[in-house]
Amino acid sequence: MADIPPVLKIVERCQALFDDLDFNAVKQWKAAVPGRKAIGYMPVYVPRELIHAAGMLSVGILGGGDQLEVIQGDAYYQSYICRIPRSTVELGLTGRLDCLDGMLFPSICDVIRNLSGMWQILFKDKYVRYIDVPQNYVDAIGGAFYISELEVLRADLGKLRGTPITDDELNASIRVFNENRAAIRELYAYRAEKPWQAPTSEVYLVLRAGMVLPPEEHTLLVREYLAAADAMPRPKRDNARIVLTGAFCEQPPLGLIKSIEMAGCYIVDDDFMLVTRWLLDEVPADANPLDELSKAFLHRSATTAAKYETTKEEKGVFLLKQVKTRGAEGVIFAAPSFCDPALLERPMLQDVLTKHKVPHTAFKYAENTGQMAPIREQAGTFADSIKLWSAA
Amino acid sequence: MTTTAAMPASVKKPQNVQKEDAMLLQKELINRNYMELATARADNRKVSATFVPGNLNELLMCFDFARSLPETNALQNGLRKKSGKMIMDAERDGQSEDVCTYVKADLGMMMGGEIGPTGDPLPRPDVLLLSYTGCFTFMKWFELIRHKYGCETVMLHVPYQGEGKIAPNMRDYVVKQLKETVIPTLERISGVKFDIDRLRQYMRESEKAEEDLVRVLQSAKNRPSPIDGYFGAVYYIGPIFTAFRGTPEATQFYRVLREEIDQRVREGRGPMTPEGEMTEENYRLVVEGPPNWTSFREFWKMFYDEGAVVVSSTYAKVGGLYDFGFRHDADRPLESLAEYCLGCYTNLNLPSRIDMICRYIDEYQADGLLINSIKSCNSFSAGQLLILREVERRTGKPAAFIETDLVDPRYFSAANVKNRLESYFQMVKQKRAATLAH
Ligand code: SF4
Ligand code: SF4
Repeated sequence: MADIPPVLKIVERCQALFDDLDFNAVKQWKAAVPGRKAIGYMPVYVPRELIHAAGMLSVGILGGGDQLEVIQGDAYYQSYICRIPRSTVELGLTGRLDCLDGMLFPSICDVIRNLSGMWQILFKDKYVRYIDVPQNYVDAIGGAFYISELEVLRADLGKLRGTPITDDELNASIRVFNENRAAIRELYAYRAEKPWQAPTSEVYLVLRAGMVLPPEEHTLLVREYLAAADAMPRPKRDNARIVLTGAFCEQPPLGLIKSIEMAGCYIVDDDFMLVTRWLLDEVPADANPLDELSKAFLHRSATTAAKYETTKEEKGVFLLKQVKTRGAEGVIFAAPSFCDPALLERPMLQDVLTKHKVPHTAFKYAENTGQMAPIREQAGTFADSIKLWSAA
Repeated sequence: MTTTAAMPASVKKPQNVQKEDAMLLQKELINRNYMELATARADNRKVSATFVPGNLNELLMCFDFARSLPETNALQNGLRKKSGKMIMDAERDGQSEDVCTYVKADLGMMMGGEIGPTGDPLPRPDVLLLSYTGCFTFMKWFELIRHKYGCETVMLHVPYQGEGKIAPNMRDYVVKQLKETVIPTLERISGVKFDIDRLRQYMRESEKAEEDLVRVLQSAKNRPSPIDGYFGAVYYIGPIFTAFRGTPEATQFYRVLREEIDQRVREGRGPMTPEGEMTEENYRLVVEGPPNWTSFREFWKMFYDEGAVVVSSTYAKVGGLYDFGFRHDADRPLESLAEYCLGCYTNLNLPSRIDMICRYIDEYQADGLLINSIKSCNSFSAGQLLILREVERRTGKPAAFIETDLVDPRYFSAANVKNRLESYFQMVKQKRAATLAH
């Protein structure tokens, strides 16, 4: 053990958390103090601050990955529906999510929306809520609606723990998540600067750990990883720098991320687990907390296919900014099969990129995609073409 | 998702004048709207496009817009067997094979020049009113059109009934958007000032038509049912789900239709089909999910050949759920518009959808449930297998599942569908025999 460099030890720990489909980390956290509760949530965004303020653990549920055998879940979904709902149902029906006292289903697409009702039927003893977010970004309109929705969630979680959630508690939780977001911003900035030091296959696992660990612990973990990654020099390759987009919900298998890297691409930005970076800057933690969370959502949050853009001109701006600020040379569109939001968004983004002369390529995956050769080949060809392009 | 279809051309000539009136009127209405759209530019009229679920037809009329409904255009192209090429054109243009085919049929149609399903010009809309009710794809659909053709879009975000009810904050949010975003945008684009009394007037008309539509749809509680509540209902819901709700012509159509159906009830007659009246009612079904349009007639025939009548369908509620009491209310115009949008079928959560289907099975004395699962439509389809199991469990009636698509002919396998239906009818028979034996 002593020979293993610290950075790899951290990655190993994250890998173990990632592999554990029984959510033992959640169970341990709950067992440490009797009466603790955990609330699951699906992509793409929920205000985790409210869960934290109730003294509960927020747990990101991202499907079953490629290690879960889906048996019962398939009986709930037709073949032309993506994988994440069926593997999530599988996790639920096999008792793996029994450690959760509730489940939140964010407004992302019709599949997850409908899954909220299925959960109400299948798991009657659990707290279940669909988290609607505004598609109108005016404070007095969409903001007022969002705040009223947050109030319901706040009241519900308060009831679940037995006492209402105070503003002070909420502000304290906002601070905790501000810290976590700051650490993740550092992680993303570091990876963009030295992608050979912090490969995405590791960064991804570090981020995934944040789906099951308390945010305070996760912030420490991210910072430890950063320090350890920097302390161990690794060879720099002549890879193409790319942004990966479209993977904001169902996750690609880890092998796919590794394949892209092995094919000669450095992923310098992505949309994995956007919940960790949804709010783009500090949320003021000394004012009315729900107001501030709402303003951050409306005016300073990430862009993804599930979010309406009020004008044509806004389309692609977020992605272009990712490309520019991270110094990327191209974009890989990686979307889950049958994912309407990602696949309908794609042609618009491709068009914007083409107009700005940013090279791009596209493929689909499923969380249990096994065959990596075609993807490796495509990513390799893309990386080569980028290098040729930049040499020309 | 929804519809304006003209009555089947091969329907036998009705023997009584009222029937003829309803059919002629319906056809005339639908064609008239396409003509209005075709001449909109020449008539100096602005054109709006909006989706069927939660469509604000009364409001759009207040600004003199000619009104296009892209789902309706897609289905009309499907019925006319034009959609296959359009879908492939859109796929060649970069759309994924995995996504909703209504979107692709529409994009393909626009790529093919501004020609609508009737062969008449279909002008590019001046405004896309994104009534975001019951489907996320709507948002991408209009963003795609905006991206390609530069049309202005105005969003009306309608929250989902995740808890199975309309909470006051949801209604307030929709009303605020109407007042502060939608109406000012429509005023600016049309150059017409909003007049709430004009809106009230249209809403009064809507209410009358809604009353008659409900009466028509509920006539299927009779034995035999005088209507088919799925295939036939497609024709009945056409005007009210699209550009005509709120017009005196729609009111008149529904009055005439209601008289015709009342007459059929009095005479104890079965529903009309493209091959004449159905004389033997063997099976009474409730159907969940939209129909297939590219083989609509063939699909329908598989039912009436077996004496199967659909007594109620969820699809006939996508553009407005009226049978549990909602009516447009001119005394609270904006609140009522909000409630209309919030109450559309696909905006209901799964438990509410299940309750509704169970209620139909009971109230319409149906033999069971048939689900037509549409490949395109996550809004309808995601969760239908649980709906099937729950309905079976709660009602004890058999349920069956078939899979087709709306307008993509590649996903209609007549042999498969027919096989499934035949075994389903067998199952219903056995179940009936078993019940009688006890
Ligand atoms: S992968 Fe796409 S379609 Fe599937 S649940 Fe997620 S957002 Fe919805
Ligand atoms: S997904 Fe369904 S509801 Fe939405 S546009 Fe397509 S067919 Fe209509």
